Amino acid sequence: MKKTKLAVWKFSSCDGCQLSLLDLEDELLEIAETVDISYFLEASSRLKRGPYDISIIEGSISTPHDIERITAIREKSKFLLAVGSCAVFGGVQALRNYTLPGEYQQVVYEHPEYLSSLDASSPVSAHVKTDLELRGCPPNKRQILEVLTACLNAKKPDLPSGSVCLECKRKGIVCVMVSKGIPCLGPVTHAGCGALCPAHDRGCYGCFGPKETPNTASLSAWISGKLGMSREDVLQSFRHINCYALEFCLESIKHEPKDSSERPEPD
Amino acid sequence: MHFIIERENLDRLLAALQEHGRIIGPRITENTFGHRDIASSQDFPAGWTFEQDGGFFRLRQRRDPSLFAYTVGQDSWKKELYPPRSRLLSLQKTESSFSVTPEKSSSEKVVFFGVRPCDLAAIQIQDIILIQGPFADPEYSRRRENAMIVAIECTQPAATCFCASLGTGPGISSSSDYDLALTEVLDDGLHYFLVRAGTEQGRAVIAGLGLAEAPEQNIIRAENLVQEAASRMGRTMDQKGIKQLLYDNHEHPRWDQVARRCLTCGNCTQVCPTCFCHSVYDRVSLSGKEAERFRSWDSCFLLDHSYIHGGSVRVSSRSRYRQWITHKLASWIDQFKVSGCVGCGRCITWCPVGIDITEEIQAIRQSDERGCNA
Repeated sequence: MKKTKLAVWKFSSCDGCQLSLLDLEDELLEIAETVDISYFLEASSRLKRGPYDISIIEGSISTPHDIERITAIREKSKFLLAVGSCAVFGGVQALRNYTLPGEYQQVVYEHPEYLSSLDASSPVSAHVKTDLELRGCPPNKRQILEVLTACLNAKKPDLPSGSVCLECKRKGIVCVMVSKGIPCLGPVTHAGCGALCPAHDRGCYGCFGPKETPNTASLSAWISGKLGMSREDVLQSFRHINCYALEFCLESIKHEPKDSSERPEPD
Repeated sequence: MHFIIERENLDRLLAALQEHGRIIGPRITENTFGHRDIASSQDFPAGWTFEQDGGFFRLRQRRDPSLFAYTVGQDSWKKELYPPRSRLLSLQKTESSFSVTPEKSSSEKVVFFGVRPCDLAAIQIQDIILIQGPFADPEYSRRRENAMIVAIECTQPAATCFCASLGTGPGISSSSDYDLALTEVLDDGLHYFLVRAGTEQGRAVIAGLGLAEAPEQNIIRAENLVQEAASRMGRTMDQKGIKQLLYDNHEHPRWDQVARRCLTCGNCTQVCPTCFCHSVYDRVSLSGKEAERFRSWDSCFLLDHSYIHGGSVRVSSRSRYRQWITHKLASWIDQFKVSGCVGCGRCITWCPVGIDITEEIQAIRQSDERGCNA
């Protein structure tokens, strides 16, 4: 039987999602035996031409060249899996979507005229159809394995829905917000990380993005009113890793300074 | 019959209980409270109590050495009897078919030490559903059989407690299902516990220790402490006609108000000691040669929970919150002949935005639009 051809593609990103895949140390040999890893530059320079059965996409669409590449990859991939906050929501680099075109380039680069980038960093799904998306910064390597396994065995992948709170409660992690007053985005954030941050006594920072029907307004009212979080900090909480995810984006706008004179000068 | 055991002899009781099995009880570790293994009475949170309110829980130090002057934390005993995630069976592919290996149920003997009256009531409600009901759960039954229950009456209720209005606490009625029931008394420098047995197993422990019968005055002192606790409950929930009240108010505007605050995060259902909803899912190995079936806690606050052909039935937060509270306080009575609420207050404390079930009921009752105040 012909092996399933797997390709892994990088777009605008930090490579962390690909590392999550390589981090599957115990299963990597079995994966390599079971599927034909046809294109995975971070792991091997041995490359095979498409078409591919499964394409895993890391990174956001940030340049005109990215659009050309993702369109071509979609055409030669049967199943397209977007992985991580960049591919699913545009990533932290989508912070530039909140500035004037070229504003950051002017500050960072000596010769911004050499750059060719889009005004906005956007998710893969804004350009081509994705078959499935796995969130997280970084994504959960177990979820990547679950999707690969499901694809190979024609099974529905078991991926949790609901909030991070469910994971805390099931693991017996005592709520950091209720018991310590630490602001936490867990109640509005999609499950899947295994409550990594609360397990280490930190509030969730929402790296898995908004959960289904997130009530960000109610949580914002609580963390600012009861826990004393400043308006700017509430804005930063939502305008963070997943700043371009719709519900987090809309919530962050509500906490913008009321008039432009309050706006801090860029450093 | 009441017996008496002094604080300094409590370790003798623990030693006797260890004969039965591993003791799990209240403990503070890493600045949080939970049910953990207990090796000696030093492990109990001596001189600690909790301050609780909507969305608020803090450990506070007391001026006395009492061991049980608090109520309940985030975890209930549901976690021990009905684990959040358990494997049901494993499957192996054979040449022409597959073989099934059901999961062996736990045979470990345990002692639950410090079960509060509300939690005792909750265990009895889960017994009705998971042992006596038409869908008996063998794993739950087995764990229940293997658990010895040492209950403790409450003398220091929290602001979120309302067991007195439900008749589930703060005292333990003799008809409750416990092996031993304790009441802690601190009086003029004396520190002792009154002990009652509810089963033969409990009586055997008391007999083995050769405990003295408690003098009448000590019994009265303990009863007074519990009665005082009943009068100091932080919250109340009027049970009068509650079933019809909820059935008659499906369209009450209060549901819209609470939906604006509700995060649909599901915390209330996870910490509730009687919520029993679960989902079943399968895991398959990469090769497809092995598979496992798991069960894990579910929540009626998830869209998936009401997903049927074509979509979810309860899409709005309003409908999901209403469903939870109406099932818990009304249709539960039709289904299981008992309310699903025991007044432990966990859903109030551990709601990240402090939604208060007693306040919601009170609001609906006060403006019961159809005039149903039966």
